Amino acid sequence: MFKLFAAAGAAALLASSALAADKPNDAQIAHIAYTAGTLDIEAGKQALAKSHDKAVRDFASEMVRDHTAVNDKALALVKKLGVTPQANPTSAGLKSAADKKREELAKLSGAAFDKAYVANEVAYHRTVNGALKDVLIPSAQNGELKSLLQTGLTLFSEHQQHAEHLAASLK
Amino acid sequence: MNGRFAALALAAAAPFANGVAAAPRQHVVVIDKMRFGPLPNGIHVGDTILWVNRDLFQHSATARDGSFDADLPAGKSGRTVMRRAGAIVFACKYHPGMTGVIKVAQ
Repeated sequence: MFKLFAAAGAAALLASSALAADKPNDAQIAHIAYTAGTLDIEAGKQALAKSHDKAVRDFASEMVRDHTAVNDKALALVKKLGVTPQANPTSAGLKSAADKKREELAKLSGAAFDKAYVANEVAYHRTVNGALKDVLIPSAQNGELKSLLQTGLTLFSEHQQHAEHLAASLK
Repeated sequence: MNGRFAALALAAAAPFANGVAAAPRQHVVVIDKMRFGPLPNGIHVGDTILWVNRDLFQHSATARDGSFDADLPAGKSGRTVMRRAGAIVFACKYHPGMTGVIKVAQ
């Protein structure tokens, strides 16, 4: 129930801020995508510091490695395009929700941590993938940015599937 | 005379027919957008597969039975030699959703 609520809350957050009103511009989209990646890298690092479960650690390593690769590419792209990522309420909302979740997870350990981390990864990827598919990709004006977001969606869909399988195995 | 000619012809053709004497070949599998691309046909034991990773992410081509394992950093390629025959299930060890089955003949 809580998980559902958390996921619905995050989705509402994305829908209610920059996304529903005006379409985000490319500078905002770059900021949102980069922020979403950074937050998942931080979550992965927290899991690597706390978890002793091999499958959970492998997943967390995958998140850190893959999101770092995409964010490096995103940074190179905005530099090339001369775009300065622009802070916006969606990025801020994602960050404050992730900060809160990190504090919650910090209080857990062992199997309880593993389950909560993976459940949040399922919800987080579901939310971010929904936003990519429905709002960020359709709104992106620059072709290279759109293409990078599409690559990100393909990758993060695999992450979501991986997280769902992992969550099922931890039950 | 005719019989001897036929026997010679058979002897010459046999190595190609059973594949034993065929030189090992290289086949290419491209990895792009979190998928293993089309798998080539006609792979035999001793052949090499060149795995070309076009993604931004690190991948691997790892046989479930341990018969091959290539780490493939982003944008790089790696080679594996097919050591045994059969339908060999493989996956990317970093992205378990990426899987394939490669058919290797003797």
